[in-house]
Amino acid sequence: MEQGLSQPLVAPSLSPAARRRQLREKVIAGLITLMAFTGIAALILIIIFVAKEALGLFLDAEARHEASLSKMFLAQDVPAGRPAFRWQPVSKVPKVSMIPLFVGTLKTTVVSMLVAVPLGVFGALFAAEFAPRRLRELLKPVIELLAGIPSVVLGFFALMVMSTVVKDVFHFDRPLNAMLAGLGLALAIVPVIFTVSEDALTAVPRSYREASLALGATPWETAWKVVLPAAAPGILAACVLGFGRAIGETMIVLMASGNADVISWSLGDSARSLSATIAAEMGEVVVGSPHYSLLFFIGVQLFLFTFVLNLMASTWTRRVVRKLTGGAA
Amino acid sequence: MKAFLGSIVAGLLLALPLAAQAGNVTVKGSDTMVILGQRWAEEFMKKTPGTKVQVTGGGSGVGLAALQNGTTEIAMSSREMKDAEKTKLRTRYNTTGVEIPVAKDGVTFYVSESNPISALTVEQLRGIYVGDITNWKQVGGADAPIIIYSRENSSGTYVFVKDHVLDGEDYVASAQTLPGTAAVVNAVSKEKNSIGYGGAAYAKGIKELKIKKGNEEVAPSAENIKTGKYPLSRDLYFYLRNKPSGDAKTFIDFALSPEGQAVVTKVGYFPVK
Repeated sequence: MEQGLSQPLVAPSLSPAARRRQLREKVIAGLITLMAFTGIAALILIIIFVAKEALGLFLDAEARHEASLSKMFLAQDVPAGRPAFRWQPVSKVPKVSMIPLFVGTLKTTVVSMLVAVPLGVFGALFAAEFAPRRLRELLKPVIELLAGIPSVVLGFFALMVMSTVVKDVFHFDRPLNAMLAGLGLALAIVPVIFTVSEDALTAVPRSYREASLALGATPWETAWKVVLPAAAPGILAACVLGFGRAIGETMIVLMASGNADVISWSLGDSARSLSATIAAEMGEVVVGSPHYSLLFFIGVQLFLFTFVLNLMASTWTRRVVRKLTGGAA
Repeated sequence: MKAFLGSIVAGLLLALPLAAQAGNVTVKGSDTMVILGQRWAEEFMKKTPGTKVQVTGGGSGVGLAALQNGTTEIAMSSREMKDAEKTKLRTRYNTTGVEIPVAKDGVTFYVSESNPISALTVEQLRGIYVGDITNWKQVGGADAPIIIYSRENSSGTYVFVKDHVLDGEDYVASAQTLPGTAAVVNAVSKEKNSIGYGGAAYAKGIKELKIKKGNEEVAPSAENIKTGKYPLSRDLYFYLRNKPSGDAKTFIDFALSPEGQAVVTKVGYFPVK
């Protein structure tokens, strides 16, 4: 090694076989890079496309008049006895208020999260900490199968089976309401939250549990005060994933919520969500019209919501990790 | 890896319709007319082997957009073409399009079978749908709130009812919209205090309301719709870029022939001739 410094450095000559191997490595690495960038490029192109279609709202004079920002977010002058916030884009006087859509989206999403987060997280805690091995082996695949059910099927199930039950149990006037849509959504997001939470809980190092038990904590105290906080970032990520799915879920809400553009906080009333609005109207809308741009604008808003939410969640996660590891990470 | 495989499978599935495009005539559009279009295509292909007719749904707007993009030869629409759409055609193909009415449809209002009411005037229907009438007892029924079902914002049926029943006024906010006539029918059959509307083609297992005019009650029957006595009937259209020729012309001629119009009746719509 010492003498290597006195001589000019020459690359060691490779055998043909080694060179082939090196070439193959390069090609494979190139392919993988290409795939990664294809994904990124697709995402960027989608964002550009959606934004371009939505921009028509602000560039086109007709659209600016028909769907200005004030018409979307502020109360409108209406004849007495008619609501000031309406979503009626197909009308002599188009009414394009986003407020009923926000309210509807919030209602269905909050209901689904209130149901799905406890179910998913505690189910995962049970599976990871308390369930005997045989049961756990059975539980995981079953819940993961549930995740594989298409949302159309869940929506149909909510519409045909759950609607009458929910109406009778809660004594609602209407069979289709925000409560039903929220419960239908919960069916779709419980498996998401369960699976990710369970992975986070099983990833907590054994030494934590052993230390806790050695100090005399009961298994329940260990699970609740040691394992759960240690897995908190993963569980939060699970909830964010679930929330993103709930806010973007289209078919279930479209079929179960009744889609009336009412502003009310009652869960027995209908709710019209942002995503279901896009799905319901995109098929028939006049392409390139202000209404068409509006639907894309709703898509942009949905994108921004989930983006901001993910951002908040990731900063919070980092903070939690730092607290748990004493700033080492 | 799982996600990667999934994306490949999804890609293959997406490529399927592209691979299947060996058709000579493509027909695309209104969901109301999909079944009708498919029946016509079946019968037509039985008669003239060698010619393929491909029918897909998606909505009137989607069909007309496809006509502008050149991705379909015939667009099915349950509403008339809008001026904006005509302008698009003119700038792109220098034509204003060709409109061919191919069938008639009666828009029917439904109530649950257990509802004592069997006929309403157009004014009463309007009152219910704009929110002035909120209880069945106001129109002679039971003392119960009216649960209103409607279709989504831009469907041809929705626009038709808005123009011909509501005089262009807005639907009441509490009207619940459902995707497709089948869903409306299903919801009405399950809720005894509800009212809904849709094409006559799907009305099964519920009560069709007659329309009261003076002291006469007109049922949405084939006869009344053909003669125009039933006030709420509309045309269903084929739209083309230019005058039909070749296979498309043969297909449209078939749809308008007595044989093709018999298919219309079988599906539950009404002949245009």
